[in-house]
Amino acid sequence: MASIDIVREEELHDGHDEHHHDDHHDDHHGDKYQSNFITTYIFCTDHKTIAKQFLITGMFWAIIGALMSLVFRLQLGFPEENMAWLKPILGKWITVTDGIGTLDPEFYYALVTMHGTILVFFVLTAGLSGTFSNLLIPLQIGARDMASGFLNMLSYWFFFLAGAIMFASLFLSTGPFAGGWTAYPPLSALPQAMSGSGAGMTLWSVSLVFFVVSVLLGGMNYITTVLNLRTKGMTMWRLPLTIWAFLVTAILGLLSFPVLVSAIFLLIFDRSLGTSFFLSEIFIQGQALENVGGSPILYQHLFWFLGHPEVYIIIVPAFGIVSEVMSVHARKPIFGYKAMVLSILAIAILAFIVWAHHMFMSGVNPFIANIFVLFTLIIAVPSAVKVFNWIATLWGGNIRFNTAMLFSIGFVSLFISGGLTGIFLGNSAIDIQLHDTYFVVAHFHIVMGIAAFFGMFAGVYHWFPRMYGRFMNETLGKIHFWGTMIGAYAIFWPMHYMGMAGVPRRYYQFDNFDAFSHFTAMNQFITVAAIIVFSLQMLMVINFFYSIFYGKKQTELNPYDANTLEWTAPIHAGHGNWPGAIPHVHRWAYDYSKGGRNIHQTEPLNPGEQDMGNDHH
Amino acid sequence: MGTFFIIASLVLLAVILLQIGKITEIAGKLRGEEDMQMRSNAFHARLGVVFMVGFLVFVIVSFMYYKNSMLGYGPHTAASEHGVWIDNTFNVTMAVTGIVFFITHILLFWFAYKYRERTGHKATFYPHNNMLEMIWMGIPAVVMTFLVIGGLSVWNRTMADVEDGMVVGEDYIEIEATGLQWQWILRHPGDDGVLGERYYKNITGLNPLGQLWEDERNLDDIHPSELVLPVGTPVRVRIIARDVLHNFYLPHFRVKMDAVPGLPTYFVFTPTTTTEEYRQRLRDYPEWQAPSADDENKQRWETFNYELACAELCGRGHFSMKRIVRIVEPEEYVEWLASQKSYYSTTIQGSEEDTAKGVLSENTNE
Repeated sequence: MASIDIVREEELHDGHDEHHHDDHHDDHHGDKYQSNFITTYIFCTDHKTIAKQFLITGMFWAIIGALMSLVFRLQLGFPEENMAWLKPILGKWITVTDGIGTLDPEFYYALVTMHGTILVFFVLTAGLSGTFSNLLIPLQIGARDMASGFLNMLSYWFFFLAGAIMFASLFLSTGPFAGGWTAYPPLSALPQAMSGSGAGMTLWSVSLVFFVVSVLLGGMNYITTVLNLRTKGMTMWRLPLTIWAFLVTAILGLLSFPVLVSAIFLLIFDRSLGTSFFLSEIFIQGQALENVGGSPILYQHLFWFLGHPEVYIIIVPAFGIVSEVMSVHARKPIFGYKAMVLSILAIAILAFIVWAHHMFMSGVNPFIANIFVLFTLIIAVPSAVKVFNWIATLWGGNIRFNTAMLFSIGFVSLFISGGLTGIFLGNSAIDIQLHDTYFVVAHFHIVMGIAAFFGMFAGVYHWFPRMYGRFMNETLGKIHFWGTMIGAYAIFWPMHYMGMAGVPRRYYQFDNFDAFSHFTAMNQFITVAAIIVFSLQMLMVINFFYSIFYGKKQTELNPYDANTLEWTAPIHAGHGNWPGAIPHVHRWAYDYSKGGRNIHQTEPLNPGEQDMGNDHH
Repeated sequence: MGTFFIIASLVLLAVILLQIGKITEIAGKLRGEEDMQMRSNAFHARLGVVFMVGFLVFVIVSFMYYKNSMLGYGPHTAASEHGVWIDNTFNVTMAVTGIVFFITHILLFWFAYKYRERTGHKATFYPHNNMLEMIWMGIPAVVMTFLVIGGLSVWNRTMADVEDGMVVGEDYIEIEATGLQWQWILRHPGDDGVLGERYYKNITGLNPLGQLWEDERNLDDIHPSELVLPVGTPVRVRIIARDVLHNFYLPHFRVKMDAVPGLPTYFVFTPTTTTEEYRQRLRDYPEWQAPSADDENKQRWETFNYELACAELCGRGHFSMKRIVRIVEPEEYVEWLASQKSYYSTTIQGSEEDTAKGVLSENTNE
């Protein structure tokens, strides 16, 4: 780390005299500590390697989480079917009577809970923002590495530790935690309420605390790096939108995740020290507990103070990636760059004052809904600006339909569909009926699940050459795209109708209620669609690993003719990114098709030329 | 063996797809990459339009197919006074968002198609237009203002507690619903119209709500197995949880409120449709004329009942916390109430837990 810093200093001093970084070819960029297998691939401080570690770990978790969803989708679609064939994997959670295997309801809830926790935290937080913040921040702002490569490495390994603990909890004899990813007490606080609330919940809390450590270490680094290590000429208004998005994401995480830790600690106290932060007047399992005076609603406030910003932590990086990919492949500047930055900032600020819209029906004073409905629906305004600006970016473009671009367009469609249903749910009056129904499931899966995945896919296909020096196969990519686009809507669109009919989420089966039991055909359809979509994701995974070794080689330094700095570094850049001096920046990132040609960020302004970013020089 | 074949064919499929992928790459090289890229652009741009049309048609058709799920429509009309307001708010929002949905989707895929990359074509350098951005910021802002005002006025009317001066047992009925793992215990106030005191530490096997039998108001309280209410009278439900969070959910009445241990909540609503009237309404819809699952001699509409469910994850049996809800004419309600015996008289009186003996005898002395 120290050597990197020194190198960086030298480069900066040299750089002032060097106008063309190509003049500077000596090969002293290598990290002398990065010499053996362990420091290159495992305990590595190079942001590019850490990005790949986050991505591949994220993919591992995505597959686990998706497989879980398939098991509970089988239960929902085909509750009568024999599940005995799953017994070799799920063991005692499948009870076989008369040769017919049934899924244990408690394990159904464990699967639902783990699916949520894994996807929200491990895949869409660590796998998305962890991957692309790490890969792109130093490369796009012109830095040799993160401000602290060591903390960055720790960030990954704390994430790994969190994952290992969560993974271990899957094998507990009492099962993993099963009280929903939100872990509302008293269900999560009382082992006697549910078997998963015993050791499973203990491991869940410990795992998430380590996860937050990971997010905070990463976030501090991202913020410091963006603010302090930008190359000469890279003013804030010249940053690509990806970097703005990662910066805002990191700030959101830094301000909101500690609140989750406080909630988890209070919960741990209630569970093991006999305190009553969240417990009051409980009679359970034939026994009246002594705890009096606590409030389960306090936990909900603390949880959603993280939980709401968390959904923006998931979707904002996708905003950045999609904006960048769309601009590059439409060969056009992103429409309304400043409006895009300001709308991200507006959404981030609003993220902190809308948390109670998850709690309209939770017993909080109905009066406070007035404030939260107002702020929640205001979010529709910056979101609308973003959507219209993306559409306007396509207008007049010269659009390359490669996989990354297709996923970006798909993202906008999903963001519209899922965003609009948010206007129903954010309005507390409508939420009375829709709260905790399948309408909510449809809404958040489309807008922050699938949409965020689409952002991630766009990023993976687009920057794959930057990671591995090869391309992913485009034909397979496009099959992946169209299949997922159609399949994702096939899964989640019908759920709106179930939700409107009032079918509650988190039901093991619907037979008990006349009002909820008439969607059998739809549930089967959704399950089949989910299985197909899952196999398409496997196709993507195969394409990914196949292409690492056998993909089409990247021959040009800048294959997309993009304007940003990450394509000025060598194809297989070592630690330190640029062998010579760091390139300087003279203009914003979006001079696509200006005067009929693309002008890279490194190209000086012509005399009298107006830069779209603020020019301080 | 079957599993093996499935796995083998999946592997084979993956290999075939990989080969197809590779072949197209090689073909691309032979044909010239640019030519290939232009063909691919044209193909996927068209596919985008096809997808858009197909998707929008799917949206319209599925809407019509699932019309019975639409709030405020036919068989899915609210059975309470405020439920109608909620359904209307929902439908207004549906109209507004529906328009936006269609316009943006058409523009998105049409622009993508129209401005696909073609040989010799160039993109327009058009970085921003402040006027345009002000317009598409202003319109949503104005629309949202109306939705917020409309929504909140419904919300505040719906969530208001009973008005000051309304007398329990006369102007409104107060009942209690207690959620526990995994059932609802309902409590009606009996003749006096008032619910008695309870304390959680008094809960026993015999006394599931922890009622204090020294409190005279408890002695006529009944624990009915069904939620029976008269049409047209405001009902204030005290919602209580005994162990973990539950949620008192009446889908047909648009009523939903968490039950929180240690923090009683409430919901006030007025049923407007009796069970019988609702059945008559369903009678007109073909899907309700199918044979009932409960009684093969009857059609589905004849056996329809309102239901009480739980809508907050509460553990293993969360999906099974059902109670039948019956809305009846006021006279029938009076009859029903008279036919019910108090929980005290059927279960507690004379048992070891009967701490009310003193109270009763005092009463008789007077």
